[in-house]
Amino acid sequence: MVDLPKTKERDWMKQRVMAASLCVLIVFMLLFFRLVYLQLIKGEEYHRLSETNCVRLKSIKPSRGLIFDRHGELLVDNRPAFDLVMVLEDTGSVPDTVSLLASLIDEPYVDLMEQIQKAGTAAFYKPIVLKKDISRDQLAIVEAHKFDLPGIYVEIEPTRHYIYPKTASHLLGYLGEVNKKELESGMLPHVRAGDHIGRYGVEKSFEFYLQGRRGGRQVEVDVNGRVVQELKTVAPVPGHNLHLTLDLSLQQLAEDLLEDRDGAVVALNPANGDVLVMASNPGFDQNDFIGGISTRNWQALMNNPGRPMINKTIQGEYPPASTYKILTAIAALEEKVIDGDDTTFCPGFYMFRGRRYHCWRRHGHGHLNVVDALAQSCDVFFYLAGEKTGVDALAQYANGCGLGRPTGIDLDHERPGLIPTSAWKRERFNEAWFPGETLSISIGQGFNLATPLQMAVFTAAIANKGTLYRPRIVTAVKDVNGNVVREMDPEITGGIPASRQTLDLVRKGLTEVVEGDRGTARSIRIKQIEMAGKTGTAQVFSRKTGEKFDNENQKRTLRDHAWFVCYAPAQNPVIAIAVIIEHGEHGSSAAAPVAGTLVKKYLGLPGPEESFDAASEG
Amino acid sequence: MFDRRLIEHFDWGLLVLILLIAGTGLMVLYSAVMAGWQGTGLHYLFKRQLIWMGGGAVLMTGVLFFDFQNLNKLNLFIYAACVTLLVGVFLFGQSGGGSQRWISFGGVSVQPSELMKIALIISLASIYATKVSPEGLNFRQLLKPAVFCMIPVGLIVIQPDLGTGLMLLLIAGAITLFVKVEKKVVLILGALSGCVLPVVWFFGLKTYQKSRILTFLDPDRDPLGTGYHIIQSKIAIGSGMITGKGFLQGTQNALAFLPEQHTDFILSVLAEEWGLVGCTVLLMLYFLLICWGLNIAYNCRNLFGSILAFGITSMIFWQIFINVGMVMGLMPVVGMPLPLVSYGGSSVITNMVGFGILLNISMRRFYTS
Repeated sequence: MVDLPKTKERDWMKQRVMAASLCVLIVFMLLFFRLVYLQLIKGEEYHRLSETNCVRLKSIKPSRGLIFDRHGELLVDNRPAFDLVMVLEDTGSVPDTVSLLASLIDEPYVDLMEQIQKAGTAAFYKPIVLKKDISRDQLAIVEAHKFDLPGIYVEIEPTRHYIYPKTASHLLGYLGEVNKKELESGMLPHVRAGDHIGRYGVEKSFEFYLQGRRGGRQVEVDVNGRVVQELKTVAPVPGHNLHLTLDLSLQQLAEDLLEDRDGAVVALNPANGDVLVMASNPGFDQNDFIGGISTRNWQALMNNPGRPMINKTIQGEYPPASTYKILTAIAALEEKVIDGDDTTFCPGFYMFRGRRYHCWRRHGHGHLNVVDALAQSCDVFFYLAGEKTGVDALAQYANGCGLGRPTGIDLDHERPGLIPTSAWKRERFNEAWFPGETLSISIGQGFNLATPLQMAVFTAAIANKGTLYRPRIVTAVKDVNGNVVREMDPEITGGIPASRQTLDLVRKGLTEVVEGDRGTARSIRIKQIEMAGKTGTAQVFSRKTGEKFDNENQKRTLRDHAWFVCYAPAQNPVIAIAVIIEHGEHGSSAAAPVAGTLVKKYLGLPGPEESFDAASEG
Repeated sequence: MFDRRLIEHFDWGLLVLILLIAGTGLMVLYSAVMAGWQGTGLHYLFKRQLIWMGGGAVLMTGVLFFDFQNLNKLNLFIYAACVTLLVGVFLFGQSGGGSQRWISFGGVSVQPSELMKIALIISLASIYATKVSPEGLNFRQLLKPAVFCMIPVGLIVIQPDLGTGLMLLLIAGAITLFVKVEKKVVLILGALSGCVLPVVWFFGLKTYQKSRILTFLDPDRDPLGTGYHIIQSKIAIGSGMITGKGFLQGTQNALAFLPEQHTDFILSVLAEEWGLVGCTVLLMLYFLLICWGLNIAYNCRNLFGSILAFGITSMIFWQIFINVGMVMGLMPVVGMPLPLVSYGGSSVITNMVGFGILLNISMRRFYTS
């Protein structure tokens, strides 16, 4: 320790403590004067402000991002909705006011009171929403009786508006109110109770970009809660806009063509995986979900046997049926168990281990090579080709072609489909693989399942000579000023494991399906261009033998599913399509015409009526 | 053997002051958590605060039983233990509100950054007690205390807990100025920071970081967050006028307009309900408390004890100054509790231990080393 003379140390200490005391005194005087300023000089003013509680924070909802189609056509925007709210503090007698309101706008008293009770613990001065989105008539009545209804206000809320109801409903999706658990999870930092967030479709997948940032206002209000002046405002930041790959007019045409049949249509651009059409029938009206869907509407959707809430293009798993013969052909050619010149004789059935496996054409196809077999969809040819290739090699090629796993589209609930292998069967059923099952697999029956989107991606890859793309639904996210926030580039996920020669043979076979004289889809031939495709008829009956049906529905639900996959023009494809019509029976008659009409529309070729008009004019 | 003189010299005045402030604090806290249209749903906090105060009183009493000069001998050990705990926070800590501040020992959670305040005061007192001179300290002598200070500050700032880090710096700065530094040093350090800060501001910080600092300095930039808190706090304080609205009668408080009305903004509850009279009484009590602490520093015959007493007093002082200034709109909004009044276990315990050390020094003021 430093040895200071005792008196010197005391003097030094005294000087330091005095200096510190002086600082402390100055600080406390400063605080005291501030207190006097606030409580004496400004006291009256602040007292008045506190009496009326007059400074309030009002939050301003951001407007949600808009959604456009590939041509800049607006698909989803926002419209103003009028919400009826109540501020308890401004309302004299709550029961009196609410009962008057209930009789004026003709809403049940108990429903309105329930909203107040639900808000229970919320602060006294915060508005409680009594009824969302009131009608224009109700609005007029409330405004006219404004002075009889203290504490009742109308707030204008931007509300989602789907311009083309039921169009692309599964792709666009819908909104729902955020729940308590999601709020507490901390995953949605900018969302407050009562807000709506995307629940399905791109509304859900791109929620982050669409939602925007909330703003707010500090306002001074009078005793009746009316805004006297705005003190400070933070403007909300609108959500970003989405530019979809969807082609609105083609989508609408696809939905019209499905009419009242249950089914799905997917159209892709083979050059980049853009989703031009994603239609699933039946659909739903997205506008019904705004402000909470009514119980009646929800029950109707749930009880509809066509399952409107399912996006059949990604959630519907169907036996691919004869469309799968494309895959069998690729596998057999690559494994060199057949070559382009090999011919097989089809007598109308194939005897395998003492059992007859029928061809769909009972009296047989005669001699055919792989191109003929694809064109005429001969089952016997593919029984043999598949048998020689083997189930596990078939599965390997199927996986290489993107089947049996999700395509990776930016939508929730996508199903992977199923590509069976012998190992899978042992694990699933604890049973060995029966060779006869390989025959079923070869023609797309049996255990294998695929979604329409998977088949479309596969077809598009055949069309573009081997490249598998991740289906793209959004090309760009742009802010409100049109600046690009994020751009989505086409994404290659793999390539078809096949040589150029194999693909050329398969493409030739698929072209013959439409253009050949014996092709199964020759009925949809278009004069101006060549098209390539493959029909399929998926048996429903064998898969449902254990189920019981009531007599009335039996006939319909036992009918086969109709498939058609195609691309056009055959030489230089710009569109690839997959169509499935549930219980549509034959691919050639039910599914192929849908695809044919879409191709004509997309390529700008005249339809039958138009060509008639043109002829009469000329 | 227990020295009978210790009882004769016990500082009853300081104890009475502490009890008066704690009593006022409990009353205001009662109002803050009990008032309201349907209650604020925080009733249980009052009981919890009573438990914290009880625990704090036991610790404060415990601190009396050993000679404070032992702290001088143990300072390195205490310092090292606290720094280890701070490092431990990163390894085993619990996150709360986006930062890791807590560490758990068999069910008891402690906040090492709070303990660090007292550990740093002890260390600095110990270092400076060997170095003071009437001319003041020079650069070379300041090197060691600077290192001792920057290690914990760095660890706390990266938690991140800017408020507590800043608090450590303020305490260390006050102690250093108290023991006096050379004029030359003050001038050079001032000039140096004057040169470095603009460079950091223009080249070292990103836009969002600047915006955060600006909001910190000017809450009006964020009218929906801190700006709103400040205006509501000012309305609450101002509306109390001279005599206040009366116990449990505050409307700002009751309607839940006030943010954090039971922790950082508790003074606005007192101001609204008890007016200028109530606030002046509390400020007087605090002023007396600080003067009492300085007087203990002055009367202690032991340099280590004097500096330690000053350090503890400065810790209390800074909390009062920042909190009261913030609530009245004079200071930026940082999380800073009002000693013995705001709800919060860490704050109560740290301050009570601090008071224990003050009482300890006071009753042993005639001890010389």
